[in-house]
Amino acid sequence: MCLAIPGQVVELYPDQPSAAMVDVVGVRRKVDLGLLQDNLPIKGDWVLIHVGFAMSKISEEDAIDQMRTLRMLGEAEAAMQEIEGYGLENAGDPKPV
Amino acid sequence: MKFVDEFREPEVITRTAEEIRRLADPHRHYRIMEVCGGHTHAIYRFGLKDLLPANIELIHGPGCPVCVLPMGRIDDGLAIAQQPDVIFAAFGDMMRVPGTQGSPLEHKARGMDVRIVYSPSDALKLAGLNPDKHVMFFAIGFETTAPSTALTLMRAKAQGTHNFSVFCNHVTIIPAIRAILDSPDMRLDAFIGPGHVSTVIGCRPYEWIARNENKPVAVSGFEPLDILQSIVMVLRQLKAGEARIENQYKRVVPWEGNSAALRAMAEVFELRPYFEWRGLGFISQSALRIRDSYAEWDTEKRFEVPGVRVTDPKAAQCGEVLKGVLKPHQCKLFAKECTPEHPIGALMVSSEGSCAAYFNYEHRKTAMVTSIAMPA
Repeated sequence: MCLAIPGQVVELYPDQPSAAMVDVVGVRRKVDLGLLQDNLPIKGDWVLIHVGFAMSKISEEDAIDQMRTLRMLGEAEAAMQEIEGYGLENAGDPKPV
Repeated sequence: MKFVDEFREPEVITRTAEEIRRLADPHRHYRIMEVCGGHTHAIYRFGLKDLLPANIELIHGPGCPVCVLPMGRIDDGLAIAQQPDVIFAAFGDMMRVPGTQGSPLEHKARGMDVRIVYSPSDALKLAGLNPDKHVMFFAIGFETTAPSTALTLMRAKAQGTHNFSVFCNHVTIIPAIRAILDSPDMRLDAFIGPGHVSTVIGCRPYEWIARNENKPVAVSGFEPLDILQSIVMVLRQLKAGEARIENQYKRVVPWEGNSAALRAMAEVFELRPYFEWRGLGFISQSALRIRDSYAEWDTEKRFEVPGVRVTDPKAAQCGEVLKGVLKPHQCKLFAKECTPEHPIGALMVSSEGSCAAYFNYEHRKTAMVTSIAMPA
């Protein structure tokens, strides 16, 4: 649950200033920007996402590092399951451990 | 050391490990606590222990939110969800955590409306989709997760969603560190500070650990090199007789934290006078509750909460393991009655719990080696 997942901001919504579409290894989901309102990202920026909220802006290099860390920790699949579950899409039973 | 070849910069890892050996006084035993469960998982997964000299002992701290939640709170949450037209929504991590009458997943199998959400805002969305039901979000987590719950409550209030509430079990890391330092059976030399919690709270809240307790802290990232560099940082300080807060994870953690996240938390939450932690007992001002201005969205104010208190099975030594007094395999139930498939204590449930991490990486490895060495 303490996963921090790196994603790239690919779309912003003028009518919804606290939402952004992010791309995480090809999967696109809307995340909440409310925790970055003092330092809003722009299109192309990378962010760390935790439970559906962008928590901090990071560099592209750190995003790549973070994804590799998740892979090495064996948590890349859990991270993708989380991303795919945002917006109640594909939300279901967790896979057995 | 099996993972060294997969590391990004194996030669830097080797050099850093050599530096750790140089810095460690062979006549001294070091006890360094990694506070965060994510670090515990990484330490086992990457076999970092094998890179350290024998006199550096890593003690696993209380930073796994699922692990420190007392069973009574799960029972309370499930009791509320027994009522008609209540949906129990929680993160996947909560689903297998045992309550007295089974886990949320087992309650789901018996007909309770239990939903997995990946974000608190999706729990709010669920309320919109189920206007005839009440959605209770079972919130857990440290300061990493609490701001997201806070913003979700602010949105619920702003949009006037009334069939939604939060059963707040958010805890704060600093009082837990204080409780561990105050514990008479605990002797620690330094801390590896949590990475993601610190993106929210920053580095200042740790300053008392250096100032009053004279112990170094290095706020750390999660890569193998991050953790080793953090160990170098605290060893250097110990060698020089210093105690400061260092930020190894500067690329993500700002010294002052995340002001928007702290504002959201302050708007919605206040400190509870005390809260029970599994294994650590009652700790004053260690958890968050929802302010009266959000009472309508507070499960504990909208529903009768049974207030169940459950003592852990006598034989289980979760408390000692959680405080770092015992290693996971020294618990009487470890790998016998208590396994990741059938967890008795919460430290075995989450991948960030020290027992599950130890079981998955150390115990399985040893069991395999033993079975090869001594074929039946």
